[in-house]
Amino acid sequence: MRPKSAEIVEIVRETSSVRTLRFDLELDPVPGQYLMVWVRGVDEVPMSISYRNGITVQLVGEATRAIFDLSVGDGLGLRGPLGNGFLLTGKRILLVGGGVGAAPLALLGEAAREEGMEVSTLLGFRCCDDLLFRERFERIGDLVITTDDGSEGICGRASAGLSSLNLQEFDQIYLCGPEPMMADVIGRCRGMETKIQASIDRYFKCGMGICGSCAIDPSGIRVCVEGPVIRADRLVGTEFGRYRRGPSGLKK
Amino acid sequence: MASLSGDVGGIEMKNPVMLAAGILGTTGASLRRAARSGAGGVVTKSVGAAPRDGHRGPTVVQVEGGLLNAMGLPNPSYRSFQEEIDIGREGGAPVVASIFGSGLQEFVEVAEGLDADGFELNLSCPHAERLGAEIGCEACNVEEITRAVKERVKVPLWVKLTPNVTDIVGLGLAAQRGGADGVVAINTLKAMAIDVESGRPILGNRFGGLSGPAIKPVAVRCVYDLASALDIPVIGVGGVATWQDAAEMIMAGAAGVQVGTALGRAEGYGIFRSIAEGLRDYLDRKGMTLEELRGLARRFS
Repeated sequence: MRPKSAEIVEIVRETSSVRTLRFDLELDPVPGQYLMVWVRGVDEVPMSISYRNGITVQLVGEATRAIFDLSVGDGLGLRGPLGNGFLLTGKRILLVGGGVGAAPLALLGEAAREEGMEVSTLLGFRCCDDLLFRERFERIGDLVITTDDGSEGICGRASAGLSSLNLQEFDQIYLCGPEPMMADVIGRCRGMETKIQASIDRYFKCGMGICGSCAIDPSGIRVCVEGPVIRADRLVGTEFGRYRRGPSGLKK
Repeated sequence: MASLSGDVGGIEMKNPVMLAAGILGTTGASLRRAARSGAGGVVTKSVGAAPRDGHRGPTVVQVEGGLLNAMGLPNPSYRSFQEEIDIGREGGAPVVASIFGSGLQEFVEVAEGLDADGFELNLSCPHAERLGAEIGCEACNVEEITRAVKERVKVPLWVKLTPNVTDIVGLGLAAQRGGADGVVAINTLKAMAIDVESGRPILGNRFGGLSGPAIKPVAVRCVYDLASALDIPVIGVGGVATWQDAAEMIMAGAAGVQVGTALGRAEGYGIFRSIAEGLRDYLDRKGMTLEELRGLARRFS
């Protein structure tokens, strides 16, 4: 499809470097799916969906800077929702998020609650000022927070909060956040890989599975269409947690 | 059962259905996956002398009957690409390196820097300044670059041609004079899409190349004309998505076909096997060999 034109109807400043944009159209996403967001005249970048009509964006570079410069009433071009989202399964689930990775998990947790599932959440942030969607997660179940500097909750990375949970209690674990965090969590859950779903971030150009820039070594899984949510057993022994490729295809 | 194996442009293949240049071939893992999924040969994404990030997005937009793209030749440079070719070869199919350059010297430098089962010269990319088609629309350039690379490499050399000229046969003949072992036709057609909401061209590069079903009839005609005029094999590419498309290309005279845009369909990598198996069933039903199918349409001239 060509990009759909969407108008920004609301902008929420979540933290100093994270904003939520709500659009004048319903996206009807599966939680975990993403949009290719075209900032006209700047670039087109993938963004995960945080509301049925919105995205939550962290300021990281030129395209997100341009998104931050937009106002209510401005327009964006949207392709999507794209890719395979999270698959809800089981009765008790655990969400583990880091930083802005909490965004798609909030949408997922709300969908799980609607299905009558029991939801627990573990979120890691750098400091108390970076907390994202605390109320949304508290509304749907138990919430454990960790911060790197100890300014809120448990001091340490998100994985430091794992020890406060009995992982065997959960039918399914959902991850979204910085790759070292997700790789660390998967490493601490040996034998449970088939019960873990992780949302993966790679450099997307086409968003339709043909350019190959997001393919994972050594399987060649195309994250943009076969992901971005991938079951952890398909990530073990791959480049995941070790390296990724930039726009030219060079490893970094 | 009819055999699909044989020589395609100087390279022995188990079937004539290949992965086209520019599609998925950025990494060895993708090349190997295509080969293991049944491709008879795989062509890499075009590789040049220096790393390039490519154009700004959008780099691809879906339009009526196909895709419009302006990737901008992103690649990690040949210096970082041998490893990918070697991994691709583990798939059991020949790996053809697509290469580009700003001129004769760069083409030679890249070709000499890579060990592959064949080379495909990208003299046809329609959306990179001073590269691709900007060089490859002149027959004299095609001939000179082909000759220079041919002198330096020991493996078969193909030249991928642009259809964005008055006479593609003239370019094919130039490649043949330069010593090419085959030509590949066609690259994308110059095209454009505009966002009606804002009036902006959609592609980051404004202009791009059209691929997919919309260009297949153009490609079939180019293959037919080239196969009629050239002594070297013609490889058909442009809108091939089904075994019928492949059969049509071969009937126009193609020695083999390449599949690109259709990899974006839901069946993904499964497309190689479905085209090859469909082609084999068709030959069995008709009681024909692949060789008998080749150029069949030209009998009716």
